[in-house]
Amino acid sequence: MNRSATMLNDQPSRFGLGRALVVGFSLVLLIVVYQLMRKIMIGARWDSYDTWTVVTAALAAMACALPGVFLVLRRQSMMGDALAHTTLPGIVVAFLIAHWLEQSGWISSATYDSWRHAAMFIGALLIGVLSAVLTEWVQKLGRVEASAALGVVFTTLFAIGLLLIRLKADQVHIDPDCVLYGIIETTVMDTVPNTNIPRAAVVNGLVLLANSLLVVVFFKELRISAFDSAISTTMGINANVMHYALMAVTAATLVSAFESVGSILVIAMLIAPAATAHLLTDRLDYLIGISLAVAACSAFLGHLMAITLPSVIFTPLGYPEVVDTNTAGMMAVAAGCLFVTAALFGPRYGVVSKLLDQARLTRSIVAEDVLGLLYRLEEESGVGSLAINQLTAMIGTTTWPTYLALRGLAASGDVTVRGSVYELTDSGREKAKHLVRAHRLWESYMAKHFDLPADHLHESAALVEHFLGADLREELAAELDDTAEDPHGREIPPEKA
Amino acid sequence: MNSVPIRIGVAMVVVSILFGQLEQSIAGPTHDTRSLSRDRLEWPSADDIKRTLLLRDYNTRIVVLGTTMLGVAAGIVGVFMLLRRRSLLGDVVSHSTLPGIAIAFIMMEMIRPGGGKWLPGLLIGALLAGLAGILCTKLILRYTRIKEDAALAIVLSVFFGAGMALFKAVQYIPSGSQSGLNHFILGKTASMVAADVWVIAEVSVAIVVVIGLLFKEFSLLSFDDKFAAAQGWPVFRLDLLLMLLVAGVTVIGLQSVGLLLVVAMLITPAAAARFWTDRLGRTTLVAGMLGGGGAFCGVLISAMYPRLAAGPVIVLTGVLFFLVSMLFGVRRGIVVRVITHRQLKAAVGRQHILRALFEFLEPKCDPSAPMSLQLVDHIVSTDDLQPMRSWTPKRLRHLLRTAEASDFITAVRDGGYRLTTQGAELAHRVVRNHRLWELYLIEYADIAPSHVDRDADDIEHLLGSDIVESLERLLSQRYPHMSVPPSPHSIDVASDTTTQQAVP
Repeated sequence: MNRSATMLNDQPSRFGLGRALVVGFSLVLLIVVYQLMRKIMIGARWDSYDTWTVVTAALAAMACALPGVFLVLRRQSMMGDALAHTTLPGIVVAFLIAHWLEQSGWISSATYDSWRHAAMFIGALLIGVLSAVLTEWVQKLGRVEASAALGVVFTTLFAIGLLLIRLKADQVHIDPDCVLYGIIETTVMDTVPNTNIPRAAVVNGLVLLANSLLVVVFFKELRISAFDSAISTTMGINANVMHYALMAVTAATLVSAFESVGSILVIAMLIAPAATAHLLTDRLDYLIGISLAVAACSAFLGHLMAITLPSVIFTPLGYPEVVDTNTAGMMAVAAGCLFVTAALFGPRYGVVSKLLDQARLTRSIVAEDVLGLLYRLEEESGVGSLAINQLTAMIGTTTWPTYLALRGLAASGDVTVRGSVYELTDSGREKAKHLVRAHRLWESYMAKHFDLPADHLHESAALVEHFLGADLREELAAELDDTAEDPHGREIPPEKA
Repeated sequence: MNSVPIRIGVAMVVVSILFGQLEQSIAGPTHDTRSLSRDRLEWPSADDIKRTLLLRDYNTRIVVLGTTMLGVAAGIVGVFMLLRRRSLLGDVVSHSTLPGIAIAFIMMEMIRPGGGKWLPGLLIGALLAGLAGILCTKLILRYTRIKEDAALAIVLSVFFGAGMALFKAVQYIPSGSQSGLNHFILGKTASMVAADVWVIAEVSVAIVVVIGLLFKEFSLLSFDDKFAAAQGWPVFRLDLLLMLLVAGVTVIGLQSVGLLLVVAMLITPAAAARFWTDRLGRTTLVAGMLGGGGAFCGVLISAMYPRLAAGPVIVLTGVLFFLVSMLFGVRRGIVVRVITHRQLKAAVGRQHILRALFEFLEPKCDPSAPMSLQLVDHIVSTDDLQPMRSWTPKRLRHLLRTAEASDFITAVRDGGYRLTTQGAELAHRVVRNHRLWELYLIEYADIAPSHVDRDADDIEHLLGSDIVESLERLLSQRYPHMSVPPSPHSIDVASDTTTQQAVP
């Protein structure tokens, strides 16, 4: 009922001026934000090194956000989190095999260096599919609940990975700290020869490109299988294949991002941007676009926060030596902040907008109730004027919705104010007539068809009257053979005077 | 004693008194820290193994004690999480604790420089942050359209990110760089000292005691929280208490297994216990035992091989227990299920062949004399039986062989078979069950006689004697004296085509 009332109120014509205002306001806001950012960035001594950090992180974040969209839609977000853990043994085993091949002379050490990344990639792909398969097995064979099965599998694989790292640390050259916490600050130093471009930026850019290509090419398949796997299977798109392919791609993306930005950022960037976008739109193409934008924004804001916030917070606490912090961690925090903002202020699903919608609906219903009340008074006693406190008491609301409703009515010229006493104008009377007509038509309709006693009609009609438009009133009147009286014997006002 | 807070309060007092006693009695005179601090990965000497297994070292002893108690508590709490389908919430709690630890450290440093490492303070910070993580998840679920999985993932990653950022900041604080806060992430059992272990042990026992006292309430909550609410139980507060217990387990598990793996201690034993029993009380006991046992073995193994970190080893021991349970669990284990399935399949096959024999012989018998006596007189060949059902010749031969082996039929000259007395009896019973069900369907479910055969074919094997008895009672008006009612539909090869799809 809320929804339909909002829809009735949302006439498109009302948005002409409003939209212009919003655009203008956003432009002003953008300029202010830009100036503010410039000041902050200059204050924080932003240099090209920071820019490359942000670019690398943004590319990694966007690469992760793409598979993340589908994980969120398929309600497998925790699978992404689990994959972020399970890729660890994948990487370690791949490294160990490559190392063993090199030691035993199968491949030269030059090949080893150039194939290290490929080996890691393949290891991640395999482990991604393996985790999905193992989870499925535990779930099906052991009849264990899905999330518990996932929990068992990913902790097991992760524990194996940790043990392997501890045991073979000297061979695999992986620092567990680096994989877990991310040292984006130093990976940026490792640049492509003769340029400023960090190697990690190139890798992540390529993964982003590959993921975008996959999304574009398989858009239809991804969309159908994300929303309804049963339908996709009947249409010839094997839902299982899509599932495993998504797992493999996710794992490969994770592993490429791991090396440069660490697992925390990766987990955050997998789910948070897509979830944020999900709060803002219902369309898949917009969802993907917004996710990418949110991912990039989180990277930028996160780094900015990492180099500015610590001194702001810690200096007053007495620790001026804290000057910056973990960029990847702050990027996750930034993504969280964007999510909260969207959850609060999203235009359709935001908490605040829902409250505003509700307030607007309340106001319009109270306004209509005021009109109806004044009309009935006029009808009974010939004089239709009341003070605000009487109105509030008779409608049965608190004071402020009545106050707001009366201001709106006075502004649109439906009531006049004399001192504190309100009275209907002609236009107000016309609207009130329609409302009372709707009320009484509904009562008559209920009495005719639902076999209710006369004292049970009013409650329902008082609710429904606000939602009966001209066409519905006409239909009701035709259905009731244009009866002139309601079940209580009162006159049903005509549609037109 | 009925009010919950009083019960808990009394229990706490008892526990703390007990612990005072226990602490004094267990503390050995020697404070030898040798066994857990050597760094090598060779096969331990027999002496070392004996030394570890017999818990000779004070340090091994207390670490084993603390971790085992943690395992028991985690297993027990995990059962309720599993039943509420919230297993992964433990993961969220553990990741969320990170910023709490850092903030607690910073706050304690501010109060008294150098005092930031006070464990109970850090654990309280962790507990509060873990609860905050749960609260955020609940808020997201309540007020946005985000589904549970994404809500969990977001809270987990954002809190963890915030924690990492704070940890990096802590590194800059002079006393923060050697604070060992990193041990909370991956766990470091060996670095635990007696005081840490006592905190762990006390909290574990408190958790177990609370669950024991509120067992009825928590089981109601796990199976049907709406019913519990309708009955007037304080469901919200109970849920909150359960969350508090989860957070408690997680927090004390941080030190031994680390926050990345502590969730395994919540999930794995509980999931494993489900293979052994269907009853909640026993599941809880088994989960506690598996959790405690896994932790016990894990710590001992890692004490023998100091290079194997305790956290992963404990988790992997638990997984080993899980795998064994999954295979051999007496209630839902794979082996048991396979055996039951095979037995059922064999019984179904036996009943099919007997019914085919009966129905083939039925027209040849004299309806006026008792059927069971006549059945054993006739000889049936394989070719006669082949068209009775849609079975392959191979399957038919196999079924005949099995039936012969269990003495339901005897082979006679040139490939013929004859029912034995007990075979005739069983065939008689099977056909009667089949037809009673058919008649029941026709009479009460209003299904056409030509359509009942397949339904009856599925159900005939499962009809117990009590159901047969009530069927007889229901149908006795119309078929008073017949031991085997006549088939309501014609039995020939054509009508059996309906049966074909029903036979796997």
